[in-house]
Amino acid sequence: MTVTAEKPLVKIEGLHKYYGHHHVLRGIDMTVKQGEVSVVIGPSGSGKSTMLRCVNLLETISAGRISVGGQLIGYREINGRLHDLKTKEIAAQRREIGMVFQRFNLFPHKTALQNVMEAPVQVKGQSKAEAKKRALELLDRVGLGDRSGHYPSQLSGGQQQRVAIARALAMEPELMLFDEPTSALDPELVGDVLNVMKDLAKSGMTMIVVTHEIGFAREVGDTLTFMDGGVVVESGDPREIIANPQHARTKEFLGRVL
Amino acid sequence: MDGQQKDDAPVLNKAVPVRHPGRWISAFIILALVALFLQSLFTNPNFRWDVVGTYILDVKVVQGVGWTLLLTVTSMVLAIVLAILLAFMRQSDNPVFRWSSWVWVWFFRGTPVYTQLVLWGLISVLYPKISAGVPFGPELFSLDTAAVINATVAAILGLGLNESAYLAEIFRAGLKSVDRGQMEAAEALGMGKTKIMWRIILPQAMRVIVPPTGNETIGMLKTTSLVLAVPFTLDLTFATNALANRTYLPVPLLIVAAIWYLVITSILMVGQHYIEAYYGKGVDNLAPAAGKPIAGSARVALSQDGGGRSMKTDFPEESAR
Repeated sequence: MTVTAEKPLVKIEGLHKYYGHHHVLRGIDMTVKQGEVSVVIGPSGSGKSTMLRCVNLLETISAGRISVGGQLIGYREINGRLHDLKTKEIAAQRREIGMVFQRFNLFPHKTALQNVMEAPVQVKGQSKAEAKKRALELLDRVGLGDRSGHYPSQLSGGQQQRVAIARALAMEPELMLFDEPTSALDPELVGDVLNVMKDLAKSGMTMIVVTHEIGFAREVGDTLTFMDGGVVVESGDPREIIANPQHARTKEFLGRVL
Repeated sequence: MDGQQKDDAPVLNKAVPVRHPGRWISAFIILALVALFLQSLFTNPNFRWDVVGTYILDVKVVQGVGWTLLLTVTSMVLAIVLAILLAFMRQSDNPVFRWSSWVWVWFFRGTPVYTQLVLWGLISVLYPKISAGVPFGPELFSLDTAAVINATVAAILGLGLNESAYLAEIFRAGLKSVDRGQMEAAEALGMGKTKIMWRIILPQAMRVIVPPTGNETIGMLKTTSLVLAVPFTLDLTFATNALANRTYLPVPLLIVAAIWYLVITSILMVGQHYIEAYYGKGVDNLAPAAGKPIAGSARVALSQDGGGRSMKTDFPEESAR
């Protein structure tokens, strides 16, 4: 469906995460190629959101390595030893990775336009005029060109989430992370957000999508990963897995959500 | 649907409202008491309104108002600057900052402001010279403490440092009230810590910070009357007291002071209203946005009905209910 280059953009190797004694991620391996849409599903508490949040260091990595575009995330390796990156260096890495949250997290004191312009102006040092032009284009692209002057509280959940996608795209990231982007939405608003994500996938954006939308996985996903209990149970072609899951746990989960 | 509604509009219910005899009785009692009080204001000769009239615009009194305002504003500005710094330090990853901030608040909140003012007044006795130099080493420069910290400076430092401890806690509460997701969203965009604090977290925290800070400013206006502890003798309370002692008429001069404090408080409240409107944008105040709101929550709907919001905005949540 989507033509994918063979170059891996994201490489997760042996990722573990502890919260105190609680072992949330128990050795995750995952590769996402350039231009690929990688969908991650699994029951709540399976660690899929935690895994996603490790990729842009919203969670610290307890063990293992994540690299994006060949660059190690969060560390610098000198003579086989890992050194923590400085806050500024971490911020620089995050600029290449866009993130969309379940609860949108738009800045409520800024209008839709100001939300999208904030990072390009403040982080990239773009001129306001340039950032505004680009932000209006992006809002148009997510179908909200006429809502640029609205505050988040004046927008529906679906509209807020589309502004949030535009805000992440404004930094021109090479990778987009979606953390259950439609889970907080009323059912009739889910479609608009999924359509924006489909367009984004078609344009060749590399995406990791944690979701409960099996239909989206089947239609747009290049790979599907099923996680449970902090491990990857099964991964491969979405259509194959959904039609013919190999593991009992996958079968059980799909049986409940389909 | 619409057409149908236009054709035969519903007959509106005209129910007999519930009677409220309690409201009438309470109104009668309160109005009677107010009338009695007003009557006493006009008939009781001990108020000496003629004296109030004579002194309300007395040079000493008006100067006192000026000094009281100056002390209030400068010590609040000092306190706010320190409080932002202390609140940021308290949230810092650096444990040294966290502890210094905690100790500062502990000390300045834990001792009476009166004691602190007396101490600042005596600072030149405690440290006759202010000098900078290498500890146990050579001195770089030295100044006479009494020349640098005169009564005005001592009063401002005493009031400002004490207030900074209280404000630091208000700012800390404000910063904590902002949803964690805001920090994460800004971090995910690659913004640095300082930019996140100043541009994302603090502006949202201000919604929570402004009402109690307004309270503190009004409190400060009256705390300035304690500066005689320094001793600083030009403020409104000292000025009216001095006049009262000279004329042997304490009541009218207390009224003069009370009127002026009320006037300044009212002006401060107007200022607070505008500051709240500014920081409420996007939440309480949606004025600059074009068009109609899509998702109309109760609060949005309330603030939409124009200038209906009064001065009673100290608790936005309450008034929205």
